[in-house]
Amino acid sequence: MADFILRALLAGLMVAIIAGPLGCFVVWRRMSYFGDTLAHSALFGIALGLLLDINLELAVIMACMLLAVVLVMLENRRGLSTDTILGILAHSSLALGLVIISFTDNQVNLMAYLFGDLLTVSDSNLLWIGATVVIVLGVLFKNWNRLLTITLHEELAQVEGLNVLQLRLLLMMLIALIVAVSMKVVGVLLITSLLIIPPACARAFTKTPETMSAFASMVGCIAVCGGLAASWFWDTPTGPSIVVATSVLFMISRLAGIGEKS
Amino acid sequence: MEIFVEDNVLINAKNISLHIDHRQILNNISLQIAEQQIVTLIGPNGAGKTSLVKIVLGLTRPSSGEVNLKKGLRIGYMPQRLHIDPSMPVTVDRFLKLAVNANKNEIQRVLEEVGATGLINNQLYSLSGGELQRVLLARALIQEPQLLVLDEPAQGVDVNGQAELYRLIADIRSRHKCGILLVSHDLHLVMSATDEVICLNQHVCCHGHPEQVSNDPAYLELFGKKDAETLAVYTHHHNHSHELGGEVINSEGKGISD
Repeated sequence: MADFILRALLAGLMVAIIAGPLGCFVVWRRMSYFGDTLAHSALFGIALGLLLDINLELAVIMACMLLAVVLVMLENRRGLSTDTILGILAHSSLALGLVIISFTDNQVNLMAYLFGDLLTVSDSNLLWIGATVVIVLGVLFKNWNRLLTITLHEELAQVEGLNVLQLRLLLMMLIALIVAVSMKVVGVLLITSLLIIPPACARAFTKTPETMSAFASMVGCIAVCGGLAASWFWDTPTGPSIVVATSVLFMISRLAGIGEKS
Repeated sequence: MEIFVEDNVLINAKNISLHIDHRQILNNISLQIAEQQIVTLIGPNGAGKTSLVKIVLGLTRPSSGEVNLKKGLRIGYMPQRLHIDPSMPVTVDRFLKLAVNANKNEIQRVLEEVGATGLINNQLYSLSGGELQRVLLARALIQEPQLLVLDEPAQGVDVNGQAELYRLIADIRSRHKCGILLVSHDLHLVMSATDEVICLNQHVCCHGHPEQVSNDPAYLELFGKKDAETLAVYTHHHNHSHELGGEVINSEGKGISD
């Protein structure tokens, strides 16, 4: 098998593994719109990276982190709902990104950023993804119980002595990091699906947060393999194929879930 | 913030005021809870009960005034309700383990205490209102708190369940020797288990022993004569015996205020 497919597979699997548990938090905390917003701001990061001629991965990570911080700060204000703030940030950053890209001289392949470009993953991309995944996994593992506690009840968590604001920020940072590296896999417009569909598949079959996360990672891995296979045999676009695979798995899980109940 | 005069005072809030967006929520409220004392906050919706509790817990900063806690005070907090998203699978056991330093024996002990051992492997989102309240109470008890803060503990619980829950709370006080701050608008039910009632409507309308408050003009005005009479009937019952608290509105004793 060609090298590029192996690299693609490795990158896809790494992202799927970490998207499982983080995606669970996105589902539990109803943050899917937040994921979308981050993803849109990733394009803004790309644009800035091109404009300032800095490493694109770094630019995207910085843009996502910045957005996460801005959001946490805005969330504590009254007046506008989180929903509205997210909508403003998402579309402003996407539009701003597109406008800035039009100013750069590079002939940018926008499609690659919008829908992913897994087959062109380079060794340096792999390194970025690998490092990010290891860091995110480590931080997540260390703070797992605390993050579960704030997800269940923030005020209870605070009375019990946890720094809720800090943990919420941490979770957002982790999601921002993973959005930044998933962009290569499924692209800006489809990242959220990789975060929320696998946990949704896992929900019906699991009884603890941990098994749900592991199951979600597994579903993500299967979807990556399936999407890559489809792309290899039928020459379909890789990112969308992976997302289609998660959707198919979701429908199967629903049917199986109904079967289990009756 | 943490220095104290009297040893047996757990919490001392002085001249607390709170404004949000220029709206007065709390006006110059002082509150003291001693060891083993049950203090009940009552008041109509929007009276600022929950805001005051949040200030006591340190979740909200008051606009003015100060809250002094006994040094190293362990607080057990039972929130008004737990919105658990059904997409999150968590068993009661896991939920209790998430509390600081909870081990197996402690979880067993608190569940026994609130009469919920049978629920240990149930999913949180599948619990009924009353069951969930017991589990929340169990969690508040895990750290052997010196002060229990219970925000409307009987919400979503049927009348018989409420009476039982309040009995449980009174038991807990005598067993754990802890102080309790209770928020409620189920006046008639909490009276029997309370040492001090603070009647709140942005400011302290009146306060004192339950009997005293129930005859206070400010209290009567706040809750209307009808509710107040209902309460009076109940305190009357209470003076004679400790029967179940379900049958509050009873034609036989209507309007008698002892």
